[in-house]
Amino acid sequence: MGAIMKHLVVPIIIAAALLSLSGCKSEKTDEAAATTAAITDTGGSAAGDFGPPQGEPINAILTSPPLVPPPTGRSTPAKVIVQLEVREVEMEISEGVKYTFWTFGGTVPGSFIRVRQGDTVEFHLKNHPDSKMPHNIDLHAVTGPGGGAASSFTAPGHASQFTFKALNAGLYVYHCATAPVGMHVANGMYGLILVEPPQGMPKVDKEYYVMQGDFYTVGKYREKGVQPFDMQKAIDENPTYVLFNGSEGALLGDNALKLNVGETVRMYVGNGGPNLVSSFHIIGEIFDKVYTEGGSRYQENVQTTLVPAGGSTIIEYKAEVPGTGVIVDHSIFRAFNKGALGMVKTSGPENKAIYSGKEVDSVYLGDKAVSAAPVAAAATATAGGVLTLAQQIKAGEALYNGTCSVCHQSNGDGIPNVFPPLAKSDYLNADKTRAIGIVLNGLNGPVTVNGAKFDSVMPPMSQLNDDEVANIVTFTLNSWGNKGGRVTAADVAQVRKATPRPQGAAH
Amino acid sequence: MRSVLLACCLFSTASFAGSAYVRVPAGGFSSVLKYEDSKGKQKIVGFELMKNPVTNAQFLAFVRKYPQWQKGKAPKAFAEPTHYLSHWQSALVLGGKVKPQQPVTQVSWFSASAYCEAQGARLPTWNEWEYTAAADRTRHDARKDPAWRESILGWYAKPSNTPIADVGKTPANVYGIQDLHGLIWEWTEDYSAMLVSADNRNQSDPDKSKFCGASALSMADKENYAVMMRVAMLSSLEAVNSTSNLGFRCAKPLP
Repeated sequence: MGAIMKHLVVPIIIAAALLSLSGCKSEKTDEAAATTAAITDTGGSAAGDFGPPQGEPINAILTSPPLVPPPTGRSTPAKVIVQLEVREVEMEISEGVKYTFWTFGGTVPGSFIRVRQGDTVEFHLKNHPDSKMPHNIDLHAVTGPGGGAASSFTAPGHASQFTFKALNAGLYVYHCATAPVGMHVANGMYGLILVEPPQGMPKVDKEYYVMQGDFYTVGKYREKGVQPFDMQKAIDENPTYVLFNGSEGALLGDNALKLNVGETVRMYVGNGGPNLVSSFHIIGEIFDKVYTEGGSRYQENVQTTLVPAGGSTIIEYKAEVPGTGVIVDHSIFRAFNKGALGMVKTSGPENKAIYSGKEVDSVYLGDKAVSAAPVAAAATATAGGVLTLAQQIKAGEALYNGTCSVCHQSNGDGIPNVFPPLAKSDYLNADKTRAIGIVLNGLNGPVTVNGAKFDSVMPPMSQLNDDEVANIVTFTLNSWGNKGGRVTAADVAQVRKATPRPQGAAH
Repeated sequence: MRSVLLACCLFSTASFAGSAYVRVPAGGFSSVLKYEDSKGKQKIVGFELMKNPVTNAQFLAFVRKYPQWQKGKAPKAFAEPTHYLSHWQSALVLGGKVKPQQPVTQVSWFSASAYCEAQGARLPTWNEWEYTAAADRTRHDARKDPAWRESILGWYAKPSNTPIADVGKTPANVYGIQDLHGLIWEWTEDYSAMLVSADNRNQSDPDKSKFCGASALSMADKENYAVMMRVAMLSSLEAVNSTSNLGFRCAKPLP
């Protein structure tokens, strides 16, 4: 406490000094500043009891992720009844991969609970008769032994009840704490409870619920079929999956979080763990405010915020431009190799003053000049009229690695739900003229490749000349199990000629 | 249905003989539970244990002979009315979905004890159960084998919304006993003393087992999640409780 006060006092003195320099009455300012300092301390649990509940008991509205219940809208403490059911259910953890999740309310993370500071919460935990395991709940919002765990230990087909007063405002994790607690958490038994401060949360246009967790399966990442829990991987803290909202597609494609330009959004972000700490980041966005660790104060203008296992954070920002923001754990291999990817799609008019889109796209080879040798060889051969298929493929490979592999990957596999595969691609093999057109003009909107739907944007590769496009497409047709074939510069020229171009576009 | 009737008739006249008993020889082993009064090895006196869990047919024969344990008649203090034999069609009819050779479930500790007592037997202690269940087909103690643990965890991971298999379908362990894993949870005589009660064997704080740190404190073998979860399951129960995957088998001293 003493330390906090000291920290607060320093800026006040500086402010006072500055003000006195500019000729204000310094004594008065000192007083005002001191009052402000007193108000900024919320008082914690000691100031969190607003007396006995008033009015009729209220049944809490629980929501499944990514939705958040509406604000309580109350100015007095109430008795809030929460009914939460534990279910053990088999669900998809990734496409074609099943996993038996243990859940609070049938989802991972569990239902979102929202109460107000000072509320008396009557908590009912029901364990479905089909459950194999006993379960309980430890809410970090509870002041009391075990966070309620000791009072909520519940065998299958039974229910428990306990009551607590929510003395501290903040965003809290809840989780199952039955032995072995690590396994119960690893199977998805966690969620968030928001205890609103008495004045409520500031108004925003949208609120969402995102929670990270790490998962441990016997099979490797994306190995199909029913995958059992791998105890040893969990002990070794070596997850197979790191996910937002319990499955790989939970926040991708049609399930992306949606915003409109100009809207403000608040995300209640949790991390269930059991093991990993999250470096929470949204690609292409800066958080205007971050209520660090789900507490009462906010930091401003944050790029990446740490979310501890068994902890939370609240982020807020205004959507300024349209486009897709990608939610990641910036421990970045988790995002691209273990599934920690989500999307926020913002719709609305472009604002070129804030973000232009790509203005210039020119070739810069740098030290890649060596790998460009095959391209030069191909160009010479073309000029001499003796270009072989092998030369073309070699040149196409170099160009592909410089231009295409960032998204479609060097093995042609793409990235599920985001970038379509070119390897064994029915879409590519079906129509090479169409493929030329896509390289030239880009592709915007939904396509189905090998049975999977994609809805992303590929920009036109307008920096490539006809030879280069021909070599790239030829390379892809002759790689990764595709059917083969050849595209010439003349083919490309024909497609280029046949395509109407928007005014101002290159070429 | 015919087999149900058959079972009734067979058992109603004879004493409800129940499952065969198998001899388990004396030995010593380390329990996953940490006992304060006996550091290290537990001594197991030789005993006999049922080859299989008690079946629906066997339990039906029992309640025929002891009507006070019939569904609807059992005292509330000894069996929860909402759960006790709730899957049976009525007091003396199993019904279409309940097979005679499935292990009986939805039985309270009191009713299970009464069944064994009527046989001149008792429920096995946790140590006896764990000692016997530590075996696999070829070894007396397979608990350190990751494959053994994985196979048990695999069963735990499956929810109980599919019908339970008949008894006697899993391979017998080295003692010749079946179904200790992969079929049901089983009551033990001293289940309530394992972690949660005021019993002074392992701890002073009766709440320890119920949350987070507890298992770390009271389990001697922290990596053996497979056994830990069975302990957790039993710890969550009151003696009147019953669940859809909890049954029992009986034990008795060597003749």
